[in-house]
Parts: sequence; structure tokens; C-alpha cells
Amino acid sequence: MPRLLTFLPAVVMAAVFLWFAQVLGPVAAGNIPEWSWMWVEGLGIELAFRLDGLSLIFALMVSGIGAIIFLYTSVYFKGHEKLTRLLTLLALFAISMLGLVTADDAITLFVFWEGTTVTSFLLVGFDHEKQKARDAALQALIVTGVGGLALMAGLILIGFEAGTFRLSEIALLGDTLATSALYIPIVILVLLGAFTKSAQFPFHFWLPGAMAAPTPVSAYLHSATMVKAGVYLVARMSPALGGTELWIWGLTLFGAVTMVWASVLALKQTDLKLMLAYTTVMALGALMMFLGGDSKYATVGVATFLVVHAMYKAALFLTVGLLDKGAGTREVTNLGGLARSMPITMMIALLAGLSMAGFPPFLGFIGKELKYEGALAVMSEPLFVATAALLANAMMVAAAGLVAISPFWGKTPKSPKPAKDPSIGLWIGPMMLALMGLGFGLFPDLLAKYIVNPTVTSIAPGTAYVKLKLWHGINVPLVLSLITFGLGFVLYQGRFVIRAALNRPTFGGIPAAVVFDAGLASFKRFASWSARTVQGGKMTVYLRISFAVLTILIWGVHLISTDSLVPQPEAIALIPLVVVLLIAASAFVVLITNSRLFGLCALGVVGAGIALIFTFYSAIDVAITQILVEMLVVIILAVALVKLPAMPVERNFRAGDALIATAFGVGVAFVVVAVLAHPFDPRITEFYEAASLPDAFGRNVVNVILVDFRALDTLGEVAVVLIAAIAAVAALTAGKIRKSGEKP
Amino acid sequence: MNSVILRTATRVLVPLLLIVSLLILWRGHNEPGGGFIGGLMAVIAVALYAIAAGPNAARRALRVDPLTIAGIGLLAATAAGLWGVVVDGAFLKGMWPLLTTAPDGSKAGLPVGSVLLFDTGVFLTVLGSVSAILFALEDAVYAHSHREAE
Amino acid sequence: MELVLAALSGFLVAAGAYLMMSGQLVRFLFGLVLLSNAANVVIFAAGRLTYANPPFVPDGAKIPDPSVANALPQALILTAIVIGFGLLAFALALAFRAYQSLGTVVMDDMRACDPPEIPTSTEKPSA
Repeated sequence: MPRLLTFLPAVVMAAVFLWFAQVLGPVAAGNIPEWSWMWVEGLGIELAFRLDGLSLIFALMVSGIGAIIFLYTSVYFKGHEKLTRLLTLLALFAISMLGLVTADDAITLFVFWEGTTVTSFLLVGFDHEKQKARDAALQALIVTGVGGLALMAGLILIGFEAGTFRLSEIALLGDTLATSALYIPIVILVLLGAFTKSAQFPFHFWLPGAMAAPTPVSAYLHSATMVKAGVYLVARMSPALGGTELWIWGLTLFGAVTMVWASVLALKQTDLKLMLAYTTVMALGALMMFLGGDSKYATVGVATFLVVHAMYKAALFLTVGLLDKGAGTREVTNLGGLARSMPITMMIALLAGLSMAGFPPFLGFIGKELKYEGALAVMSEPLFVATAALLANAMMVAAAGLVAISPFWGKTPKSPKPAKDPSIGLWIGPMMLALMGLGFGLFPDLLAKYIVNPTVTSIAPGTAYVKLKLWHGINVPLVLSLITFGLGFVLYQGRFVIRAALNRPTFGGIPAAVVFDAGLASFKRFASWSARTVQGGKMTVYLRISFAVLTILIWGVHLISTDSLVPQPEAIALIPLVVVLLIAASAFVVLITNSRLFGLCALGVVGAGIALIFTFYSAIDVAITQILVEMLVVIILAVALVKLPAMPVERNFRAGDALIATAFGVGVAFVVVAVLAHPFDPRITEFYEAASLPDAFGRNVVNVILVDFRALDTLGEVAVVLIAAIAAVAALTAGKIRKSGEKP
Repeated sequence: MNSVILRTATRVLVPLLLIVSLLILWRGHNEPGGGFIGGLMAVIAVALYAIAAGPNAARRALRVDPLTIAGIGLLAATAAGLWGVVVDGAFLKGMWPLLTTAPDGSKAGLPVGSVLLFDTGVFLTVLGSVSAILFALEDAVYAHSHREAE
Repeated sequence: MELVLAALSGFLVAAGAYLMMSGQLVRFLFGLVLLSNAANVVIFAAGRLTYANPPFVPDGAKIPDPSVANALPQALILTAIVIGFGLLAFALALAFRAYQSLGTVVMDDMRACDPPEIPTSTEKPSA
């Protein structure tokens, strides 16, 4: 790929971003664009898109950060042989993500949701020659894939209960869903989808694993966009599903636990990228918690924090990439004193880090203040939520210090290779993100008008306009902020002690990732055991299992069915009865004989006898066919059987097989009895009889059915005969035939 | 099989069986018979010839490879279906080009059309497929016993 | 008489299944033939029996006499017979070829494609 062409995705993404940006005005004014095409008409599924405030905020993040990431990737992987592949996958992901956040149809949303899962799998496993990358990719796929299935079930239930798959219509239903009988399963399924995607406890473990992906990918998918899909989903469903105890408590509890636990784990890391991954999990937990908050402030907090977090986190991830590239490592313990050799990188890290820690005048400060306001406004348990938020935020301050200050602090430079700032193509993107954090902090009204308020309106319709301000006067959130800074500073100073304590092997019990791996391993063992048992390569075992399952199915239906098994009494004709007995006797001979010739002859008698039965009971064409086929069967068996070795004498009576066979046979006989107990419905036959001559000009009704009324079936059947012939000829002639007894 | 009686009888029986099989195909629409039965009967004729004179002689007598015959048969049956598509837009709709409709709605003429073409296709597919299996089996068995004799 | 055929089909099914589970090629093929015959009998009996009154439209009539036999199962069975024959021919070809290549008629010994013993998966998936 020509070098210049690698920048094309970045340009396209920037154009998409600008297009979304020019919709901001109309959307803020309440003109919401919509598009839809009928997709599956019978099920009422549409390919529908709608750009309300919530969709727009995500679309802007996906396209805006996307443009920066694409540029960064093209420079970061300059000349890399798989750059084209990486850019293609990222573009596919961006398309899926844009589709996800703009979809207005539940099924459309789900399809794009799965699109992000698949592209994430491919991107995490990008370095597929590494075992670690493959394992991480598989883990992410299994966790988010299972969640996706749960989500699909939930969305379908919603569609059935709501009578529509249009999300904008579902949002207007009020508490129709909350009062439906299926509400609890719906909430559980939807939250399962959201929690797995957004790495909520106890599914949080896949996200740090996913850091096996290239750094730009982690910055894009696993901090700014994809992992927020769960947050988007919960926000999108809030109007229809929210407001109940289950919803509020589910989100608050899981969000809070995730938030605190992830912050603790973040402090434990020395790899900067992993540390950022855990702070991302923390941020996602906070977002979930506030979505359960059910108050105006909480919702505003969510909308603001979404933007704040996307900016500083993507910037920090990219900074880690700069450090990796410029200084040769991302291990925080191997970095220090780089302020002079990497001044630009330090600038970016500092700007983004201060926003993350929530210092004024950065947007992060407003975000944090709003979080505290939201926490205090949570009706159910303000103290619990506020304490959790305080703890997590303090640890966030410490983590921000570790990422933004620690590598640059100190007199003596410490890095594995001589450090210097990377080229402008790499740092321009993160710099823009970091500066935006400052810009929006200084002019919060822009953000409030165009982004936060339209979003809040989509999540919680009817909310009054909210103003964002840096200075609120001296109030409880400000006091909490000060406590946060103090606590954070203490934690940062004590970082070595804390890390050592957290890294003691006894800490934290059994990590979820270990449980997942153990589960996967035992599942594999089970699969291997069942494959060995069921498919051990023994033909007789296959047959026994097949027959036994069929038998169980037939008898299951018999036992469940309440139909009468008493058929009409009927006359028994003597001659046909004799023929039937003859057939049975011949079949018995086939069963017990040890001679091929005897068996062949008896088989011929069975066939001929059945042809006689057909003759007695008016099936002339069938009888002729049966006789002719019986002749051919005997001919081909005779041709081949004489060359096969004599049948081994069967001495043992196989009791188990006999049991299966008898149960199977009796079951089939009772199927016929059950059919006979039902009154006969002759309508189809009567139609064919009436139409045979007038419409198809044939007097032989059987033949007319075969070649005219049901000719399509017949066409299929002769095709099968031809295929069987081709396969038989191929089996007999293809390849070199080995001599018998020769080792293969 | 080397039997003078069989070979002599075959010379008479095989053409007879083939003629009868075509007759059965033709009358199948109104009386017992049709493509399946006709095709099977023709196979019996071929099998008889193969037993009497060997599969190679039977193959030569057929002139065309049996799988080709079967393929032509399937094509003919499909063509009969496409006929309906072209004329009336419905796959496998019966077409009767030799029938004329009288003003009172009754039809007159020869009831021959796509349905007979379809049945002929069935006839050829059955004949070709089963003959192919038979020949291949006999060849394999012959090659097998030949090797064992070595 | 339908009930008699029901019993017959049950017996044919049982005999066919028992033979197929024997694990020997020839018995398996015999069982297959019995089983396909049994299937035809099942369809035939389920469509009800009519003695000596085949489904034809007599000359001069527009529709058959109401007392004729049910034509539908006959059409089904007719193709089923031919298909059953195709299946048997294919199975026979496979059986013969398998015997030639592997030198055995004991089905459980025909495992050229299966490893002699599937090793227990002991690999430990890493995190």
C-alpha cells in the first residue's frame, strides 16, 4: 500500500466527524434525523437509524477519536507489513461502532453489536503468532459473545413485549415493560449483555487481557469506544427499563463494586497500559453506577464524564504508546526523569493526567464535581455511592500521578534506551485530545449546549436544561474534591508500599480470570471426554447411540401424547395375512442366518412379499417398482457379496442391541397405531383425484402426482439418485485401490 | 457368466425389454407405468446384457457413458420445469402445446408436453444412474478378483 | 389389516436395527434393506388400505370412483423405493471399497480416519 494511502482512513474519519458535528445544531434544537429501510418485513425488523443526542455524542467520539487513532496508527506502524490489515480491521470496527450507536432498531443494534465483538476479537488477536494474544482474544470473544447472546434474547423479549423493535418507540412506552411479566428476565439479559461488554465485575477480567492488542487499538476500542457500548445500551434502555428497584440496585451495586475494585487493581500494576486498562474499568463502573442513579445530576454526570473520560483516557493510552516508542518500555518502574528528553510527551501526559485527576480548570474537574453531586442526589443510598466514588476518585488521582508524573519526575533520566519525543504525526493527535480537555473546561457552555443537554434529554426525557460551571461556590462536592486530592496525594506518595502490599500472593482471593480459565479448561476436558465417548471411531457405538436416541424420542412422544391409541376394529384378510407371515419369517431368516446366500434369498422373499402386499391393496405402480428394484438389489448384492469374505458366524446374542432394536421397532409400530387411531383426512388425495384428468390430462393418479402435481419433489429425488450414482462410482474408481491386507 | 442359453436369450430379451420400457414410459400417464418403472425396466435390460456379455460390452452397446445419460435426464427434467417458467412464469407448470381449447372449455388434441419431457428425464436419470453403479461395481469386483488371482 | 402391517413394520424395523448394530458389513447391508422396506410399509399402512381398487380415472369419467385407494402414499412410496435403492447402492459401493482398502469387514476396525486412540487433552490453557 502506498504510504500516502495509509492516511486515507484518517481523512475519511475526519470527514465523518465533521458531518456529525454539523448535525449538532439541528439536534440540539430538537430536529432529530432518521433513516429506515424495511429489512425483514414479516418480523417487523427494519434497518433503522436515528441521531438523537445520545447517539450523536457516541458518534462524535467514535469518529473524532477514530480520526486521531487512524492517523496515529499509520505513523506508529509505518512500514509494518500488516498495516493494511490493521487499518482495515479498525475501519470495520469503526463502521460497526457507528452502526451500533446510531441504530434505532433493536435487531439492527444487535447486528452491529456483534460486529464490534468480532472485530475486537480480530484486533486483540492481531499479533496472532503470540499465544498470549490468541488466548486474550478468545477470552474477550467468549465473554462478550455470551453476553451478546443474552442481549439478543433480551432484545427479542423486549420486541415481543413492546410490539415493536424501534428503540425510539420503545423509549416512549413508559412503564409498559417495567410492569410486564417478563421484566425481570429482560433486565437480567440486557444487563448481562451490557456488563460483559463494558467489563463490569465479575466480567472485568477480559479487558486487561485485551491489552494484548496494539496500543492504538487499546486506546480506541478498549478505552474510548467499544467498552462504552454497554454504557450506551444501558443509557438507551433507561427510559423503557429504568426506574425500578431492580434496575437501580443492579446498576448501582455492580457499578460501585467494579469501580472500587478496579481502582485497587490499577494501583497494583507496573505496566502503564494495564494500569490504564483498570482505570478504564473503574470509569465504566462509575458510569454504570450513575446510570442507576436516576437523578438529573447523575445523568448529567454520565454525559459529561463520558466525554471527559474519552478524551483524557485516549490521550493517555496514546501517551503510553509514545513512551513505549520513545523510551523503549511501558514499565513504570523503569521510567523516570524524562521531562527534559521528552518534553512534548510530558506536556500531553500532564494535561491529560490533570484532567483525569480532576483538577480545575480541566473538564475532568467539572466531571468529578458532577459525579459527587450526582452521588449525593442518589435517592436510595447517597452515602454508599458517595463513599465509593470518593475512594475510587482518590485512587484515580494516584493512578493519574503514576501515569503522568512518575515517568517524568526526578533528576536522573531512566529508560531502557535514549529517550526522545516521537515525530509530530504521533503526538499531534493525543495533544489535540489533551488540549480539548482543557478547552472544554474553560468554556463548559459549549459542551453543555451541544452535547450534554441533548444526551440527557435522550436518557431522561423531560429533564430541564443544565448549565455546566467550573465554580459552584463552596459546597459539599468541593469539600469532597479537596478530600479526594489529599487522599490521592497520600496514596501516590505511598505507591511503593501499596504496590508491594497488593502484589502479595495472598491478596484478593481467586481472580476472576483464573476462575474463567479453570472453567474453560474443564469445559475442554468435558468436550474431549464426550467426543471420545460418543465419537470414539467405533461404528457400532455410533449406530447404537443413533438408534437409542431415536427410540427415546419416539417413546417420549408416545408417553407425552394424550391421544387415544385405540384404532377402529378391522377385518383381517386371510391371504394377505399369510403373505405377511411369510415376510416376517423371511426377515427372521435374514436375522439369524450365517450364510450370505441364504440371507440374500430371504431378503428377496421379503421384497417380493411386500410387492404382493402392494398388489393386494391397489398399489399397482408401487408393486411393479418394488419388484424391479428387488431384482436390482439382488443383482448388485450378488455381484459384490460374493467377493466379500464370508460372514463371521455370530455366536453371541447381543442382549443390549436386542433391547434397543425391540424398543425401536415397537415404538415405530405404535406410531402407525397412533396414526390409525386418528380419523383419516382425505382432502389432499381428493384434490389430486379431482384434478388429475381435467387439469393434468392423466388417468393414472399416482403418476400424475409424481410428474405434475409434485414434480418438484420428483426432480429433487432423481437428482439424489444421480448424486448417489456419482458418489458410488467415485468411491469405487477414485484413487489407487490398495491390495487388501496391505497397510494403509 | 458364460452360458450359451443366456447369451442367446439375451439377444432377444434385451431389445424386447427396452421396447417395453419405452412403452411403459409412454403409457404411464394413464395406466400403470411411468418414468421410474420404465427406467428400472431398461436398467434390467442393461444388467442382463452386462451379465451375459460383461460390463465393457454393455458399456459399448450403450455408446454413451451412463452418467452422461443420467445427466441428460436430469437436464431434460429441469428443462421441462423451465419451459413453464418461460411460458407462464411458474417452475414445472404443465405445458400442453398440442392441446387446443374449444369455446365450451373442453380441450382437444394430443396430451403431450412438458410432463412427458419430465417423465423422460426421470427415465433417463434412473437408467443412467443405476447402470453406472452397476458397471462400476462389476469393474471393481473384476479388478479385485483379478488381483487376488495373481 | 392396517394393524397387521403396523406389527410387520415394527418387526422389520427391529430386525433391521439389530442387524445394523452387528458391526459386520454384510449384516449391516441386510439390515439397511429391511429398514427401508419397513419405512415403505409404515407409509403405506398410515395411508389406509383399500383392497383391489387402484386409483385410476376410468374411461368416460372425469374423476375416479370415490372408493379407490389413496394415491398419495403410493406416490410417496414409489420414489422412496428408488431413493432407498440409490442409498443401498451407495452403501454397497462404500462397503466394498472399504473392504478393499482396509482389508476387513468388521466395521469397528475401519478407523483409518480416526486415530487409534484419541489422546486425553492435557494441555493447560494459559491465561
